[in-house]
Amino acid sequence: MGKNSFVNAVSIITIALSVIITSSFILFFINTSDVLSLWKKGVRIMAYLYKDVPAEKIPELQNTIKGIYSVEDVRFISREEAFDILKQQMKRQSSLLENLRENPLPDAFEIKMIASSQTWEKIENLASRIQSIPQIEEVEYGQRWLARFSHIIGLFKLSGYLLGMLFSVASVFIVANTVRLVLYSRRDEIEIMRLVGASDRFIKIPFYIEGIILGALGGIIGLIVLFITFVSVTSNIDQGITSGAFQLRFFSSAVMAIILFSSIFVGWLGCFLSLKQITKAV
Amino acid sequence: MNDNDENSLIRMFHVYRRYGSKAALFDINLEVFKNEFVFITGPSGAGKSTLLKLLYLGEPASEGQIVVDGINLSRISRSRIPLLRRKIGIIFQDFKLIHSKTVFENVALVLEAAGKPQTFVKKKAGSVLRAVGMEDKQNSFPLYLSGGEQQRVAIARAVAGDPTIILADEPTGSLDAESADQITGLLKEFHIRGSTVIVATHDKEFIRKSGGRTIYLKQGRINTSPA
Repeated sequence: MGKNSFVNAVSIITIALSVIITSSFILFFINTSDVLSLWKKGVRIMAYLYKDVPAEKIPELQNTIKGIYSVEDVRFISREEAFDILKQQMKRQSSLLENLRENPLPDAFEIKMIASSQTWEKIENLASRIQSIPQIEEVEYGQRWLARFSHIIGLFKLSGYLLGMLFSVASVFIVANTVRLVLYSRRDEIEIMRLVGASDRFIKIPFYIEGIILGALGGIIGLIVLFITFVSVTSNIDQGITSGAFQLRFFSSAVMAIILFSSIFVGWLGCFLSLKQITKAV
Repeated sequence: MNDNDENSLIRMFHVYRRYGSKAALFDINLEVFKNEFVFITGPSGAGKSTLLKLLYLGEPASEGQIVVDGINLSRISRSRIPLLRRKIGIIFQDFKLIHSKTVFENVALVLEAAGKPQTFVKKKAGSVLRAVGMEDKQNSFPLYLSGGEQQRVAIARAVAGDPTIILADEPTGSLDAESADQITGLLKEFHIRGSTVIVATHDKEFIRKSGGRTIYLKQGRINTSPA
């Protein structure tokens, strides 16, 4: 066994590495999509009116906006109301506002979108339609960079899938190679087993068990390393970023089971490929 | 079917074995009967080992038909080869013991491979090791044993599965005279108990002491008498 412990260790480490790399991408997606959906939920489109829009025009405008597809709700915020809100928000520095001769804020509509239509294209589309209403001076939907951010996430996702696939394939070949080395080092033993009447199945079963154990150990070690890394990274992240709004989370036990099962499958597949070749040859 | 057919255990009809353009065996016709003790002898390179290999399908015949205990070897499927080999106990000059397994495990392997239950494996392996006088060393590893002891373990392994045929390829070839005598005695004993034994050897003393039928091979052909 001693001779094989090095190649076994290499297999376990490779499987563990591919689990770590693939899983950390998955972990990243899970948490970023949490953040994104949270931010998207908070997306409010603000439409600011020109100062000379008469008050009686407001209900009509409100209806026009409400009539646009994908708008869930439109709330009118008068300039006075906006000023009060601002005052409240600037309690400590409210003296700054007292020096103002007149309220500088415009009337505005706060537009809430239907949850299902909150893709970036649709948000942009809606914003430009509202912008085209002549009484609207400016449309703001903040977090414009979020759109870019979700593109980047998309790219990450793709490279994550690719890397994950690449590493899984590499693991399969490394396990296959390990099994081949083990088979090679035990070829005399296998030949003897054949000569005394052992069936292919009898000879192969221990190798399959070994492959499955390699896969399981790799999976478990990978998940443990990932968990430790996750805990140390999240405890170092400034709580301010994530405060209360949401919690960074690790995999659910179901996802962990899937990851473990996949790494066992990789171990089994490596074994299968190698045994198929060897038994044909002998 | 006459009496001869019923008693026939191994038959070879016009068997050839070639390696590329070189032939190791030419037109071998041979019949071995149940409970026979047969020697195959001849100089080195005469094809003795090759002939034995053909019987347990260590190698396939290039031409001709071989029937072993009713099984036609040219038609046997890959999955049935283990079943053939369980009918044959093989003893090699170099013992072919598994060094990472103990004496007991080496013998038990044959029975485990045949799917025998653990309680039977324990009992049977113990009893064959007792029969060859290796019971005391059943927990030793082969490399700690002398050549004679290793060969006795190999014999225990060969007979553990109660094979119909025992094939021995130069079983005394690498042993001193005393160990060779012990091995000869054991093979004779298993023959008396009912096994068919085929021994490939060039050990004339072994043949003289055992007194079975002798087949002479020379340059891959059967000779009727020593040349």
